[in-house]
Amino acid sequence: MSTHASGLLIDRVSKELGGRTIVSDLELEVRAGELTCLLGPSGCGKTTTLRMIGGFLHPDRGRIVIDGEDVGRLAPERRPTAMVFQNYALWPHMTVFKNVAFGLRLRRVPKREIRERVEQILALVGLTHHQHSYPARISGGEQQRVALARALVLEPKVLLLDEPLSNLDAKLRVRVREDIREIQQRIGITTVFVTHDQDEALSISDRIAVMSEGNVEQYAEARALYREPQTTFVANFVGTMNFYRGSAHGDGVTLAGGAHVPCDDLSAHGEGEWEIAVRPEDVQVGTNGGGADARVLREVPRGHYKELVLDLGGDQVRAFVSVDHPDVEQTRVRFGRVLMYQEGVLRRSPATVAV
Amino acid sequence: MSEGIAFGGLRETAAPVERTRGPRRGIGAAAGRLLGALFVLALLVFMVGPIVWLALRAFSGTWQYPQVLPSEWTFRYWRSVFDDPNLGHSIKLSFIFAPVVTVASAAICLPAAYAFSRFNFPGRRVLLISLFATNAFPKIGLYISMAGVFYSLNLMGTFLGVVIVQLIGTIVFMTWIPTAAFSAVPRSLEEAARDVGAGPLRVFLRVTFPLAAPGIFVAMILSFLASFDEAQGTFLVGVPNYVTMPTEMYTLVLNYPEQAAAVFSLLLAIPSVVLMSFARKHVMGGRLAEGFQIR
Repeated sequence: MSTHASGLLIDRVSKELGGRTIVSDLELEVRAGELTCLLGPSGCGKTTTLRMIGGFLHPDRGRIVIDGEDVGRLAPERRPTAMVFQNYALWPHMTVFKNVAFGLRLRRVPKREIRERVEQILALVGLTHHQHSYPARISGGEQQRVALARALVLEPKVLLLDEPLSNLDAKLRVRVREDIREIQQRIGITTVFVTHDQDEALSISDRIAVMSEGNVEQYAEARALYREPQTTFVANFVGTMNFYRGSAHGDGVTLAGGAHVPCDDLSAHGEGEWEIAVRPEDVQVGTNGGGADARVLREVPRGHYKELVLDLGGDQVRAFVSVDHPDVEQTRVRFGRVLMYQEGVLRRSPATVAV
Repeated sequence: MSEGIAFGGLRETAAPVERTRGPRRGIGAAAGRLLGALFVLALLVFMVGPIVWLALRAFSGTWQYPQVLPSEWTFRYWRSVFDDPNLGHSIKLSFIFAPVVTVASAAICLPAAYAFSRFNFPGRRVLLISLFATNAFPKIGLYISMAGVFYSLNLMGTFLGVVIVQLIGTIVFMTWIPTAAFSAVPRSLEEAARDVGAGPLRVFLRVTFPLAAPGIFVAMILSFLASFDEAQGTFLVGVPNYVTMPTEMYTLVLNYPEQAAAVFSLLLAIPSVVLMSFARKHVMGGRLAEGFQIR
């Protein structure tokens, strides 16, 4: 297994397909050994980007650099990348062992070494007992791991995963994604993982690139992405967010519906109309300590916490509170951390409101 | 017969069993079952009846109208057919032409089928449909106009001429069935092979072709049989130099009592039956058919 990892650089890459610009001037750097997720809604260009890295599409402009070498013009068989396909794409006429061994045999690796390496990698993904089975005879999760083993056995410089979990049921998806992360960490392989599932992205990535309309909206660690989404698109796409139009005041915000809500921390303030974003966990609900009057519309049990839907005189707010929060009809609402956007972009002003 | 195989190969797609309908009760069920049985029986009479009649005919000496079975049984006509010196020669010729035509047809049609399946070029649909043109006209009219061309090219009475005329009849299924077979191979399987380091040719040889092989195999069997059974064109182009089994039959029908023709058509049916059962066993029951169920 390769311990020597190499980085990947996507340098101002553009791609048009059928007269539509799918990817435009995309820039992305994946550090050696890092797992980066390309996260975005369908049609945002994430799969196109991955296929360009893998060589199944060639960029119209720009460079794809792996280990210092521009591979943008190379055919897939000449690239140091390995792909795990969404539908696994296992060859049904070959056993699990032969599926994994195929690439090594093309490279004329000696028979004994092939056997050793394939058995080692099948042990890594926990499929030794299935090596003589045909793909049709094993479960979806197992097929997925065969596909992973087939990619890893060639010791690629960059591992590409195209929505690898979308064909699995919910429980299995969580387990397999942890397996993938664990294996990726153990080998230390540079990995690009495409998904439209933010949960998946947040839980396994070192960094996440949120994509929209062929470009990266924000490229950051999971925590930063969640705490400080740089655009309203990211704020909307990642996690749950309350959005309002309104204006800022010294100690709070006035929403379009007229409610005045005191806040602990505004990311920016100033004249004019703002887009105001608050995470449900940053909404403080309770009668002690002032706040805007709110009526409880719905209570949704979420297991270890409760979701409240409240009416703030025209505007609705979602709040996450603890399960033992008392059932009331009327209460008061304050905002903790509030993100202020103008023209879709997060604004920060150096002088934040004192608490 | 041929339809049975072609559709049989796709049978796994119709897997969900009709068990959801719920139990039907009483007279309705009995009537339904009776109707079903009658239908099967009628089908059997239509399909097997002529063959049974043919078999009886081949062994009958005299068989006149009101009698249900022949009044006299004999091997006489089998002997006369086997004693005919031309018979052995025609069998040999048939078994030379059929493989040659099949291989030639494969060589011409398989690349076309691959192109139809994998590339989107202008006129693709029109070309694909126009292959049916050879089947749209009465064959004999087509052959006669071909004969005109063949005379000017000196192909009449030649081996090549017979091969070409037989090949015409195989083109449709030698293109259509493999096109469907190639299209059934998911592109991602080819991409995965590229990804692990196989060049385009190797991808074709190791992935695309093996997966499309059952369909190609069926097409080749149908092509073999089409060539083997082809009579009109071969008669027109080949006689008197090349007389295959089906063309020999014209002579038999004219020169011998009809029992001899019955014997001969039974002999002609043997390769068909053998090949069909072979195809059934190897194409439909195979592991390859299962493999296609992967999404």
